Amino acid sequence: MTMYLSLAVILLVFVVIFQIAKASEYVAVLKGEEQNRKQTNKINGFLMIAFLVLGLIGVWYCNKLYFSKSLLSVEAASIQGEKVDMMIYWTLGVTGVVFIATQILLFVLAYKYQEKENRKVYFFAHSTFLELLWTSVPAIVLTGLIVFGLKNWSFFTSEAPKDALQVEVTGKQFGWIFRYPGKDATFGKKYFKVIDPASNSLGLIWRDSAELNLKDDPYSHDDIVTEGTMYVVKGKPCKLIIGSRDVIHDVGLSQFRLKMDAVPGIPTTMWFTPKYTTEEMKTKTGNPNFQYEISCDQMCGNGHYSMKGVIVVVSQEEYDAWLAKQKPYYFSAFPEKAPVEKAVEAAKPATEMKAAATDTAAKK
Amino acid sequence: MSHEATLHTSHDAHGHHDHHEHHQSFISKYIFSMDHKMIAKQFLITGMIWAVLGGLMSVFFRLQLGFPDTSFPWLETILGKWAKGGHITPEAYYALVTTHGTVLVFFVLTAGLSGTFANFLIPLQIGARDMASPFMNMLSYWFFFLAGVVMLSSMFVETGPFSGGWTAYPPLSALGSASPGSKTGMDLWIVAMALFVVSSLLGGLNYIATVLNMRTKGMSMTRLPLTVWALFFTAVLGVLSFPVLFSGFILLIFDRNFGTSFYLSDIFVNGVGALPNEGGSAILFQHLFWFLGHPEVYIILLPAMGMVSEILSTNSRKPIFGYMAMVGSMFAIAVLAFLVWAHHMFVTGLNPFLGSIFVLLTLLIAVPSAIKVFNWLTTLWKGNIRFTPAMLFAIGFVSLFISGGLTGIWLGNSSIDIHLHDTYFVIAHFHIVMGVASMFGMFAGIYHWFPKMYGRQMNSTLGYIHFWTTMTGAYLIFWPMHYEGLAGMPRRYYDYSIWESFKQFGDLNRFISIIVIIVFLVQLLFLLNFFYSIIKGRKLTKQNPWDSNTLEWTAPINPGHGNWPGEIPEVYRWAYDYGKDGKEFIPQNVPIGDDESHH
Repeated sequence: MTMYLSLAVILLVFVVIFQIAKASEYVAVLKGEEQNRKQTNKINGFLMIAFLVLGLIGVWYCNKLYFSKSLLSVEAASIQGEKVDMMIYWTLGVTGVVFIATQILLFVLAYKYQEKENRKVYFFAHSTFLELLWTSVPAIVLTGLIVFGLKNWSFFTSEAPKDALQVEVTGKQFGWIFRYPGKDATFGKKYFKVIDPASNSLGLIWRDSAELNLKDDPYSHDDIVTEGTMYVVKGKPCKLIIGSRDVIHDVGLSQFRLKMDAVPGIPTTMWFTPKYTTEEMKTKTGNPNFQYEISCDQMCGNGHYSMKGVIVVVSQEEYDAWLAKQKPYYFSAFPEKAPVEKAVEAAKPATEMKAAATDTAAKK
Repeated sequence: MSHEATLHTSHDAHGHHDHHEHHQSFISKYIFSMDHKMIAKQFLITGMIWAVLGGLMSVFFRLQLGFPDTSFPWLETILGKWAKGGHITPEAYYALVTTHGTVLVFFVLTAGLSGTFANFLIPLQIGARDMASPFMNMLSYWFFFLAGVVMLSSMFVETGPFSGGWTAYPPLSALGSASPGSKTGMDLWIVAMALFVVSSLLGGLNYIATVLNMRTKGMSMTRLPLTVWALFFTAVLGVLSFPVLFSGFILLIFDRNFGTSFYLSDIFVNGVGALPNEGGSAILFQHLFWFLGHPEVYIILLPAMGMVSEILSTNSRKPIFGYMAMVGSMFAIAVLAFLVWAHHMFVTGLNPFLGSIFVLLTLLIAVPSAIKVFNWLTTLWKGNIRFTPAMLFAIGFVSLFISGGLTGIWLGNSSIDIHLHDTYFVIAHFHIVMGVASMFGMFAGIYHWFPKMYGRQMNSTLGYIHFWTTMTGAYLIFWPMHYEGLAGMPRRYYDYSIWESFKQFGDLNRFISIIVIIVFLVQLLFLLNFFYSIIKGRKLTKQNPWDSNTLEWTAPINPGHGNWPGEIPEVYRWAYDYGKDGKEFIPQNVPIGDDESHH
């Protein structure tokens, strides 16, 4: 019912506007086209200036409303992110000046040179000087931005420091799996054909297989696998080795100002150094529910919007305490091989391990 | 030239009785027409239908974004199982987003824009009786029509239309098991796109051949109106890049249906298990896609730039400033268009050094763009501006091109893109600079050449209302999205309420959605004006209503097939002698006077 009512209202408005417009056409014919053109020209000229003024006020007002809701109002949470923010501010400075100057020019010129009875237009078809001017000035300014940008880019994409914490991140429809290399500091090999969602979500090679030509890789035996939440250390570089199990995903880290695609079959990497723990960010943002979220930033299917991961940034001691509680993933597939006294606990599913991990974090 | 000569003789033989000449039936005149003007109108009206459908889709998905908790029972009435309980399902949401993108980019702003204006303006402005191959031209439209039929049919299959985003990245687009939209819907999507590529190539080759070979006497390349230059570069871009997309699609079809592994490797799909594919590269598709995809941006933008240049100059009553620089910058843009595709791929794990090269080449595009903007501004300076609806949209185009172009400098720099990639900042950027700006170019073109198309005038009061509401609405919709992007808010999310980092924009999303609905309704008002004016608009009394210099206005008010009843006019000058030697305007077919100054 409301639907038909609103349709009727819309239709009515349409008819009214249309009739007014028709009437103005008849008036124009009566008044004479020339006369009418002058009048509408004046109105539109005025609207040009009005649009400019209201528009600039709107830009200011929009900034007032939403700057605090954008991330720029909170400091970037990684040393890489600081540089991204610097780049943004520099670029904003340059483009902001150009934006305001050219928009003002455009609307003021349109207003000022609206049709006037006796104006002789200036036949001005070409000026080498002017054209060189606005070829070279943008080129020089852009060179600055490019140099500045590439310097940061080469830092972002550089090799991670040797002492970096290594975490493997794997996207799947629709969640994240994290793997830590364990005590041997080496990731065991994996192969996608031995993936078993229940017991071997990444396809770690811990069985010989003549058919697939695989050999049990002992490095995989102490690898730690968690889902949903990963832990990193404040102030310590963290290198992510990123992959995907099915389609392309993207590890989006808004607070750290970084992202990298997760591509099946082609591992990618990214490293960053977190500056603040999750707890510190809660105070900084004034949001008690603050979380470092991993958002999937590459369309990956119908659950794309819910593909959320969490990064918990903690101090080294808290991290060590958390890590000590983790059991190698191997033992959940082979409970019989776990050290005897801990066999029962190790066999618990991954979700419970995660719950235990969260407890640790909460305790501090 | 021989073709033109033949047509020409036949005209002479039959004298000036245009309506007797062809004995056209309804079908050959309105449906399988080979007259470039009729084909242009077919492209335009088909494009409008798609624009309404694509726009309506955005209204639907904006309802979900703006009002995620509200139920709209009427949505269920329209969409059935895709909006159970009055809520659009995620499946339907993604299908709508995908189809909106595909339709607007290809069917509206490529076929609807170049298809319409290249067809309509090239022969009329260069002084030709028709396209080089009218038959190919007709095929071009009908392939486009077929593409539309197939695309439309994909919305009615059981598993739904393709829903993996208009960029159709595999593996998502290759695996029916990963997303229901990638089943039959995707097959139909690829077929539709393949037909579209064929249409675009048939059209493009024709436009190039016509511009190069069929210009009237005296119409040297440097006397071409900028519209023709723009449409020419557009056609060249299309002819060189669409085949690459086509090959990308062929490989995708093979991966989907014949078990090859061009794009697939190391994949384990939930509920299905490990796939046999090994050794492919999902990134390969992105290279092939963006090798078209980036030139495509300019395929969309250049025709608008050309028409805007023409309209700004005509209505400022002043020559376009820096004609050669305008042509040169379009050439530069066309060349650079092929060298920047990987800036869409900075975060795919691309070699960082390669990324650096693409940063450099991408930001270079800002130089020709700056030249164009400042030349447009100088064209206005010391002019005598008539604010026709077309002129307003042309000015609006410049404003939007500045706003959206500048954020390109942000995104083209990889060290900013690494944060803003695939966020609402990108949505704001490309909608302003490519979507809305080109749409403004298209509106400008329609208002300006409507009298030539139909021999009638559109209602200008409605035109003014249309402009000011759309201009305001466009900024209200897209400007605040920059802030969402700065917060890292990702594109293509169905719901943000579970995200601590992004849910603060709920109010803003609601505001944007309301403006979207209003702006959409205003476009319907434009369509009403358009179709009403075709039938009942005021009849044109002046042959040259805008006092314009270009050749199309020397043709009769309602030109028949062949455009000029007698000889094709000869051209003696460029198209921009406005205000020269104190004369209001001097059309291109007026010989140079003895006492005329040189410019």
